[in-house]
Amino acid sequence: MEILKVKHLRKTYHTKKHEILAVEDFSFNLKQGEFVAIVGPSGCGKSTILSILCGLDKPSSGTIEINNNLKFGYMLQGDNLFEWRTIYKNCLIGLELENKLTKENLDYVNHLLDTYGLKDFKKAYPNNLSGGMRQRVSLIRTLATKPDILFLDEPFSALDYQTRLAVSDDVYKIIKKEKKSAIMVTHDLSEAISMADRVIVMSPRPSTIKNIYEIKLTGKSTPIQNRKAKEFADYYDKIWKDIDYHV
Amino acid sequence: MYSEEHQKYLKKIKINKFFIRFTQLLIVFLILFLWQFAANHNLINTFISSSPKAIINTIIELYKNETLFHHIWITFYEVIISFLIATIGGIIIATILWRFKFISKVIDPYLTILNSLPKVSLGPIIIILAGASTKAIIIMALFISIIITIINVQQAFTSTDENKIRLLKSFKAKPHQIFFKLILPSNYNNLINVCKVNIGLIFIGVIMGEFLVSKAGVGYLIMYGSQVFNLNLVMTGIILLCIMASLLYYLIVFVEKRLQK
Repeated sequence: MEILKVKHLRKTYHTKKHEILAVEDFSFNLKQGEFVAIVGPSGCGKSTILSILCGLDKPSSGTIEINNNLKFGYMLQGDNLFEWRTIYKNCLIGLELENKLTKENLDYVNHLLDTYGLKDFKKAYPNNLSGGMRQRVSLIRTLATKPDILFLDEPFSALDYQTRLAVSDDVYKIIKKEKKSAIMVTHDLSEAISMADRVIVMSPRPSTIKNIYEIKLTGKSTPIQNRKAKEFADYYDKIWKDIDYHV
Repeated sequence: MYSEEHQKYLKKIKINKFFIRFTQLLIVFLILFLWQFAANHNLINTFISSSPKAIINTIIELYKNETLFHHIWITFYEVIISFLIATIGGIIIATILWRFKFISKVIDPYLTILNSLPKVSLGPIIIILAGASTKAIIIMALFISIIITIINVQQAFTSTDENKIRLLKSFKAKPHQIFFKLILPSNYNNLINVCKVNIGLIFIGVIMGEFLVSKAGVGYLIMYGSQVFNLNLVMTGIILLCIMASLLYYLIVFVEKRLQK
């Protein structure tokens, strides 16, 4: 079932001297429970698309159709935890803003924290946590308001490589277990291939969709395992050529 | 239980801290001693430079004719009132400027001009408008501190992490929610620093005001002392100000620590 339909999205930025066409034409549909990754050269407007989809930015033209009031959750670059709030309170920020601090929702947050290894850290402050744990808290904060679709904007780019692998595995499992659909923007091709069901490759600015790959891996399981699949290198090669990096 | 090495380390820190305090006190006593010594042996002219003993005597005298605490209270009262109005008012105005970018842009050049204007030059106008009263002194102090408060607080508010604002907006946060959940708590340290700077500026304003119009207060003591060439009184006033300013400063530090718990 398709829950999100984007048609001919176009976005122009205006500055005093220039008019920059960031996104020329972007159309795609998101299926229920699907994990889609968007990759492309830097500055191609990947993040712009996400901010438009979750309503932080307005498109110049084009339409976005959403199935019966599905809710969005947005996870940005870096964890953006509030240092003056405990982990538990950090997770509640979304519910506080939406005035939904009901017993049911609080129980859900507690359940998430307990399930994903943060039980003993509820009263701790963010600076006592490792980068990976902080990222998990950031995901739980997003999940707390029970969104149907998650938008992940380079969520792991602030982490070092080891942590990054572990955390992307973590986050993937959580998203799948909670049965969420997700759209992730990243510049890391292997991350995209190992996590996504579909990878959308964007062209340089003014960007359009250059190619869409259905990722079919033998023995598909978690992102770290997926990296070992024999098709992995092929996809990597194709996407690399599509993006056509010039140094 | 700590290891022996760690205990040594802790002891070293303690000793170091003690020596810093000790040296600080030593400097005060040394200065007082040398000053008194020089005064006793006529190495300095006590008529101009006064002496610790004379200052203490002046304080006792003021205390005996029941004016000491009156003067301190007047100055203290003026400082506290101006401090509260300047800090709270400054933060409120800065909040409005943070919320409404249009007003902020319109008002920007006026703020800059007012900030660079030597506020003492407004003294005569303030006296004419407000009358030669405590009111004029408080207005003087406000002029000196509120502009810089507004500029500093607004600067701090607008440099709040943009990503955190986006995060709150993705939860559909309204401006007042962004302000109370993010802007205010994330700028806690900046606000405390503004308070610390303000105490100093307010003292400048109040003493300046007292020089111009007052009938009582520590600034009045200093002014009166210099006019009748009683340098003991002038020095006493300065010492009293030192004590009051540091007390207020530590009061803020105390409040800061209490709030952090």
